[in-house]
Amino acid sequence: MSAIHNEIMQTRDGERLRGTASARASQAWFLLAVAIWVAVAMFAASQAHSAALPQAVQSTCVDCHSALDANLKVTGEQYAQDIHAQKGLTCAGCHGGDPTSMEAMDKKKGFKGHIDRKAIPELCAKCHADGAYMRQYNPSLRTDQLAQYKTSVHGKRLAGGDSKVAVCIDCHGVHGIRAVKDPRSKVFPLNVADTCARCHADGKYMQGYPIKHDQFAGYSTSVHHEALTVRGDLSAPTCTTCHGNHGAAPPGVASVVNVCSTCHVFQAQLFESSPHKPAFAAAGLPGCVTCHSNHRIVHPSDSMVGTGPQAVCTECHTQGDAGFVAAGHIKEQLVALQAAIGRSDEVLRRAEESGMEVSQAQLDLTSARDQLTKARVTLHSFTPKKIDDDIKVGQVTAEKTRLAGEKALRERDYRRMGLGISLVTILAMLVGLKLYIGQIERK
Amino acid sequence: MSAFALVKDWLDERFGWAELTKPLRKKTVPMHRLSYWYFLGGITLFLFVIQVCTGILLLLYYRPSANEAFESVQYITTQVQFGWLVRSIHSWSANLMILTAFAHMFSVLFLKAYRKPRELTWITGALLLFLAMGFGFSGYLLPWNTLAFFATKVGTEVAGQVPIVGQWIVIFLRGGEDVTGATLTRFFGFHVAVLPGITTLLLGVHILLVQRFGISVPPSVEEQWKRDPSAAREMKFFPNFALREMIAWYIALGVLGALAALSPWGLGAKADPFVPAPAGIKPEWYFLFMFQTLKLIPAKIWFIDGDLLGVLGFGLAGAVWVLLPFVEGLKWRLARVFVTGLGVFALAYIVSMTIYGYVAK
Repeated sequence: MSAIHNEIMQTRDGERLRGTASARASQAWFLLAVAIWVAVAMFAASQAHSAALPQAVQSTCVDCHSALDANLKVTGEQYAQDIHAQKGLTCAGCHGGDPTSMEAMDKKKGFKGHIDRKAIPELCAKCHADGAYMRQYNPSLRTDQLAQYKTSVHGKRLAGGDSKVAVCIDCHGVHGIRAVKDPRSKVFPLNVADTCARCHADGKYMQGYPIKHDQFAGYSTSVHHEALTVRGDLSAPTCTTCHGNHGAAPPGVASVVNVCSTCHVFQAQLFESSPHKPAFAAAGLPGCVTCHSNHRIVHPSDSMVGTGPQAVCTECHTQGDAGFVAAGHIKEQLVALQAAIGRSDEVLRRAEESGMEVSQAQLDLTSARDQLTKARVTLHSFTPKKIDDDIKVGQVTAEKTRLAGEKALRERDYRRMGLGISLVTILAMLVGLKLYIGQIERK
Repeated sequence: MSAFALVKDWLDERFGWAELTKPLRKKTVPMHRLSYWYFLGGITLFLFVIQVCTGILLLLYYRPSANEAFESVQYITTQVQFGWLVRSIHSWSANLMILTAFAHMFSVLFLKAYRKPRELTWITGALLLFLAMGFGFSGYLLPWNTLAFFATKVGTEVAGQVPIVGQWIVIFLRGGEDVTGATLTRFFGFHVAVLPGITTLLLGVHILLVQRFGISVPPSVEEQWKRDPSAAREMKFFPNFALREMIAWYIALGVLGALAALSPWGLGAKADPFVPAPAGIKPEWYFLFMFQTLKLIPAKIWFIDGDLLGVLGFGLAGAVWVLLPFVEGLKWRLARVFVTGLGVFALAYIVSMTIYGYVAK
C-alpha cells in the first residue's frame, strides 16, 4: 500500500487520481452522515411526538373519530386533555373493543359503542367506586360518588326512568374530562354555577319539573356569587356547596341552618338558642333563608333590621307586639353606633389632614367597627340585651377616639397660636434689628 | 464696667482674645447689587446648626432597631412634650438646608466665586452638599416607615450598578443582602456619627478658607470697580453683615416654625418587609432628578446596561462638577463659557427632571 502510494505520489497523474479518489470518498462520507442525521432526527421527532400525546390518542379510534361529525367527533387534541387519557387509559376503558387494531369495533372484543345514559353512573363507578383501583391514581379521591348520586334527586329520578336528569358526563364532560382543580373543568368552583344553570336555568328543559328555573338568576346577584367571581374567593359558596355535588338535593326546611352554619358558624349558634328557633319551627319556616332568601342572598345591611320599609322583621311582626318593639330598638342601637363611628371618623380625618398624628386613635376606631360587626352577628340571637352590650362597648371606644381626635384638633389650634406668637416675636426682632442696623450705620 | 466687658477683659488677659478676634473685626464684605447671594451660605450653616441641635434632642428618645424605631418616633411625635415640633423642625430643616445648599452652590457658580484662589473652597463646598444628601438618605430610613423602607431598598440597589465594587457597596450599605434591621442600625451610625464627623471637619475647612480668602466679588462688579474705584463699597463683617445675616436667620426660623406647625412632618405606616412596595414610590425631592433619569434610560443602550450607564454618567458628572474650578483654569479659550453653560444646563436639568419626576407616575 505504501509502495503504491509512493508511486502515485511520484506522478502528476497520480496526484490528480489521488485527489479525485479522496474527493469521492469525502462526498460519500458526507452523504452518509447527512442520511444518518436525518434518520436520527426523524426518529427523535417521532419519539417526541409520541411522548407528547397519550397512548389513547394513537389509537385507531381517534384516527377515525377525529374525522367524524357532531357527537361522534373526538379529536386527538381534545382527548389529549382528558384526565383519563393522561393517566394512560384508553377508549376501551369505557367502550370496550381494541383500539390498537383496525378491528377496534369488534364486538367479539367487547366493543359496546354508544353507552346508554342510564348506564353511565354505573359505568363510571366501575372504577370510581373501586377504592383499591382508584388508590393507584389518586389515593385521596373519594369513591362514594355513585352511592351519593343514588341519594340525589338526579339519581332517584334516573332510577325512576327519567333520562333527562344529570348523569356524570353532564357535569364533568365526556371525552375531554378534566381534573376538578383544572380551571377549565366544568366543575371548577368558578364554573359550577354555569354548569348547573345549563339545565336549571333553561325553562323549556325544566318544564315538567316541580321547581323554578330562576335559581341562577338569583344567585348571580348574590353576595356569594360576588365573593366567588369578583373577589376570586374560591371557597365562596356555589351551587354544590349548599346542595351537595353527587348527592345534589335541596336542603330540607329543618336542615337549612345546618347548611348555612358550615360557614356562618356564630350566626347559626346564636340562632339555635334564639327565641326565633322554636317560633320558626312552629311556623314551618326554614331558618336563615326566611330573612336572607336562598339563592338571591344580597349583602346584608342594617336596613333589613327594624320596622322600616326594607326591614324583614315586619314580615312577621306587627306594630304593638314585643318583637316589633325589639326590632325597632335593635335598629336604633345599630344606627347609633354607626353614627358614633362616623363622627369619630370625621374628627380623626380632620385632625389627620391637619398633620396631627392620630394613628393610634384610628387603630382604636377599627375596634369600634369590629364591635359593630360583632353586634350585627349577635343580632342572630334576637336578644336585645346581648346586642346592647356589644353596642355599648363600641360606643365607649368610638367616644374615646372622638375625644382623642378633638384633643388633636385642640393641640393643632394651640400650635397655630404658638406659631402666631412666635412669628410676631420674630417680626419684632426683625424690626428691632433693622432699626439697630440703621442706627449703627448712621453713626 | 459691664459684665460683658468684664468677661472680655478676663479672656483677653488669659488668651489674648483681642488678638484672636482681630481678623474677624477687620473682615469686610463687599457691597453691591448681588450682595444678597452672600446670605445663602450663612443660612445653610444656620440650618445645619438647627439640625445638630434638634438631632441631639431626638437622640434622647429615638431607638435604632427595626422593632422600636417606628414606635419611638411615634412616641416622640405624640407623647414627648414638643417632640412633634423638634421632629418636624429636624425634617423640614433638613430639606431647607439641602435647598439652600443647592442655591448657595449655584450662586457661587454663577458669581464665579470658585475661581483661583478659591478652588478648595468650592471643592469642600461641593463635598459638603454630597454629605448633606448622604444625611438625607440615611436619615430618611430612621423612622422605619413603609416609604422609607422601600426608598432605601431602591436607593441602595442603584449603588449595586457600580462596576466591580457595586455588590460590595450594596452589602456594606445594607449590612447584608437585603434592607433589614441591620441596615437601620448601620444608617443610624452613618447619620449620627460618621457623617457628622466628616461634615464637621470639612465644614471647618470650608469656613476657614472663606475667612482666609475673604468674600469673592463677581467679575462684572470687579470690572466696574476697576473702571471706577470710587464705586467700590464694603461693610464690616462684625457687626454690619452679621446683623443682616441674623435677619436672614430669623426669617429662616419663622419659615421653619410655620412649616412645622402648619404641616407637621408625617410618620406614615410602619415598614413591613413582607408587603409589596407601594405603587409609584419615589425618593426625596433632591434625588428625584437622578431617579427620573435612571427611569428614562432604556434597559440596554447598544450592549451596555442602561442603569450602569446612568450610574457611571452621574459619577462622572459629579467628578467634573467637583473639579469645575480646574476646568476654568485650563488654557482653553472657551473654558469660562463652558463652565457657565454647564452650570445653566445642570440647573435646568435638575429643575426640569425634578418636576418631571413629581408629575410622572
